[in-house]
Amino acid sequence: MSAPRTISFTLNGSPVTADVGPHQNLVELLQTQFGLTGARESCGQGLCGCCTVIVDDLPVSGCLYLAAFVDGADITTIEGLGSDDELSPVQEAFIEAGAFQCGYCTPGFILMVTKLLDEHPDPDEETIKHYLSGNLCRCAAYAEVLDAVRLAARKRKVQTRAMPN
Amino acid sequence: MARSPTASDARAGSQIGRSLPRLEGRDKVTGRAEYTHTMRVPGMLHAKIFRSTVAHGRIKSIDTTAARNHPGVRHVVTIDDIKRFIPNPYYGPAFHDQPILADRKVRFVGEPVAVVLARDPHVAEQAAQLIEAEYEELPPVFDEVEAVTADTFVHEQLKPAATFPDLKHLQGVSGTNVALDYRLRRGDFARAYAEAEHKFEHEFKTQKVLHLSLEPFATIADYRHDGVTIHSASQGPSFVRIEIARLLGWPENKVRVKVPYVGGGYGSKLYIKLEALAVALSMVARAPVKVAVTMEEMFYQITKHPSTFRIKSGVDRDGRIVARKCEVYWNGGAYADIGPRVAQKAGLTASGPYDIDNVDIDSYAIYTNVTPSGALRGFGVPQLAWALESHMDMMARALRLDPVEFRRHNLLREGDIHATGTPIEDAPLDTVLDTVLDRLAWTQPLDRGSGTIRRGRGFGIAIKAVVTPTTSVAILNVSADGSVTLYCGTVDMGQGSDTAMAQIVGEALNVPAESVRVVPRDTDVTPYDMGTLGSRSLFHMGHAIQRAAAEVRDKIASLRQEVGEPAGSNAPLSALFQKRYGMQAGNIIGSGAFRPDYVPPSADTGQSDKATPFWLISAAGAEIEVDTETGHIKIAKLVNVVDAGTPVNPKIVATQISGGALMQLGFTLFEKIHIDGGQITNASLADYKIPGLHDLPGTVENVCVEHAQSNGPFGAKGVGETSMFCVSPAIANALDDAVGVRLTELPLAPEAVLRALRAKAGRPIGDD
Repeated sequence: MSAPRTISFTLNGSPVTADVGPHQNLVELLQTQFGLTGARESCGQGLCGCCTVIVDDLPVSGCLYLAAFVDGADITTIEGLGSDDELSPVQEAFIEAGAFQCGYCTPGFILMVTKLLDEHPDPDEETIKHYLSGNLCRCAAYAEVLDAVRLAARKRKVQTRAMPN
Repeated sequence: MARSPTASDARAGSQIGRSLPRLEGRDKVTGRAEYTHTMRVPGMLHAKIFRSTVAHGRIKSIDTTAARNHPGVRHVVTIDDIKRFIPNPYYGPAFHDQPILADRKVRFVGEPVAVVLARDPHVAEQAAQLIEAEYEELPPVFDEVEAVTADTFVHEQLKPAATFPDLKHLQGVSGTNVALDYRLRRGDFARAYAEAEHKFEHEFKTQKVLHLSLEPFATIADYRHDGVTIHSASQGPSFVRIEIARLLGWPENKVRVKVPYVGGGYGSKLYIKLEALAVALSMVARAPVKVAVTMEEMFYQITKHPSTFRIKSGVDRDGRIVARKCEVYWNGGAYADIGPRVAQKAGLTASGPYDIDNVDIDSYAIYTNVTPSGALRGFGVPQLAWALESHMDMMARALRLDPVEFRRHNLLREGDIHATGTPIEDAPLDTVLDTVLDRLAWTQPLDRGSGTIRRGRGFGIAIKAVVTPTTSVAILNVSADGSVTLYCGTVDMGQGSDTAMAQIVGEALNVPAESVRVVPRDTDVTPYDMGTLGSRSLFHMGHAIQRAAAEVRDKIASLRQEVGEPAGSNAPLSALFQKRYGMQAGNIIGSGAFRPDYVPPSADTGQSDKATPFWLISAAGAEIEVDTETGHIKIAKLVNVVDAGTPVNPKIVATQISGGALMQLGFTLFEKIHIDGGQITNASLADYKIPGLHDLPGTVENVCVEHAQSNGPFGAKGVGETSMFCVSPAIANALDDAVGVRLTELPLAPEAVLRALRAKAGRPIGDD
């Protein structure tokens, strides 16, 4: 194993540093050095979406993304959404629509839906399916996920209107 | 500060039927819910498993030298190391046939042979690749029917566990691959079949598929001289505790099993899986050890049973089924796991939801040289229903009978005696059938499509007996402020049991469900429960909770009297504790245990007048489109109708129904573990596709019929498996309806459909 190197990046709004080996992936970095377990490895091939992390505004598969590559980047994980007191509209919508069962895939879905609604505030069904084609749910709460996306879109509109410019 | 809830906060009857969002919802949407696979304990070592590359063979040598010398490796472990601590290292729920690591012999490709332990998981993984093993290959057997008469034996001698008394007769039997043969005999099949006007004989097969929970298997064990603590993604912490205590020769109370949230189980995480290995490794290393597998390795742990089902039915000239013979072969793989229980419990209802006077059932659990098979959401009934309900349509078509009327004419009705000898009670088969037909608008004509897109529809109906007898125990603790805590071993793996159990507590004690604390599973504090399986928990644990609540209510009444409250006083609980102890102090504790009445079926005839405490009933209907150029089936509409008794939480029940049906949709249309010479060739999510959002049918309707289970807790019964049963036959029947081809082997993949279409058109596709 090669020697670790020190990297700096922004994690959920705070500047951090970490020592990473060249073989370590982003999920491992978040779990072992920051105690963040919302991004989880499942398929290990970037196909299930359980390990989704936002790197510089782009959702990536944390199980395939080398930790060393986040040097200088801005990282958002599920733990960075909402606040201690208040959930994000997407998180609220997932609870209200019952859009999960075991919850293992849920953080990945929520990050991807957040990205979807940032880019398409009022998505049609095909757009939703396209964005979420890389997120799998073995409990198959798919119909409820569609409900949650629509509910979250409505919640975000209300929130945007309520916000002063 | 929020006031503690009291008895006056909820009114009686207000907690059952509430679509309360899941109690743990916030933890799940914020990523904070804890799962074993992502858990760490200080000082732990990571394990990496070296696995067999041959399907059946004697181990000639295992060379671990290079792995031991790899920098950073702490231990390399084989069965000989483990035998120093556990002299008889064999485990399993039905048979003690599975060694913690391969012992002299390997019995399937992927079987664990050795383990590397290191602080760094990458080091362990690299070193595991340096291990070399030599095998003397033995002839393998893969097919469940061939295995019955094969002269190669997966096990030299059968080793039934003492757990199930009716398996004891198999003790020490050798020279067979049949782990269990379940028999049911009712009436005189041979005579009735011989005399029947019409005779039908069909064979159906199901394929090997994977549970594929997104949280892979994971266990952490921390062995100390005075006890062992196990964190595990397990559906049955009590079973793990008892089995580990047996292996170590310890009392139960030295084994602590903790289960956080479980990232999907579907039957895969039942009984004992990685726990024995993790404990053994921790004993060798004298350090906490984590065994967490990858998705690929999931294919070498446990799968669903492939099956071959041969059915004969005799029908009289009035369309009554007068005789039925069922022979079912369950491909159990290399170790029995719970396969013998699947063979037996599914065997109970192998003749389907029909009133037939003359029935023979033989259901065989078979050893083969592939990954073991176990329970998968239905305990074998989805495999049976696929065959039975395809068979029903094939007979109706041949007899030119309406498939609905043919079923109605033969359906079991309330008060009838089922083939097992147990009366049909609380099994609204008629209502379930009527509802699915109504939702399909069955009496209206269907647009049949045109050109290369053809449309059809079909349905099926099924019955299952719940796994019996099993026991659940619950403890309720009322604190001095009146707040209520529930201790129960039911594992919330996504089915919403924590929420449902809190609702039952709330109903029984008149408190809001969301105010009830449900203690995470920990065998140091949560009492015995047989396991979270077979749609049993809500019924069994629900009853245990009701009994615990009755004890709590009695004790509250006594306390009222003790502190001198007048009869009819409604002084809050906190005031009673204050009076009794002079301050906010004390507890009221109630406990309840539940085991339903049960009469074991006769070994010769399978007859019992109490084979099950309740029946699970469901039907499914599908409208499909078939592309005759590609063989692709598109599901336009899927209707799932179940009897769930009174739904405790309608929203969660609907999600369970929908999720189960969509999982079965994958098993029906495309999922299959491909095996070539014993080697799995698609052990990854890239090569083993599961349903995604694009596979969602155009419309999915999930319906609970109105029915209260008369012996259920608040009228409820289980629902976790029910919607799995009929999806496959509904689609196969719709396929026949659409294009006139009949498939008798799952999955109904485009290639199989296209081959059948071309064969029917007289232009068969060659095999090369």
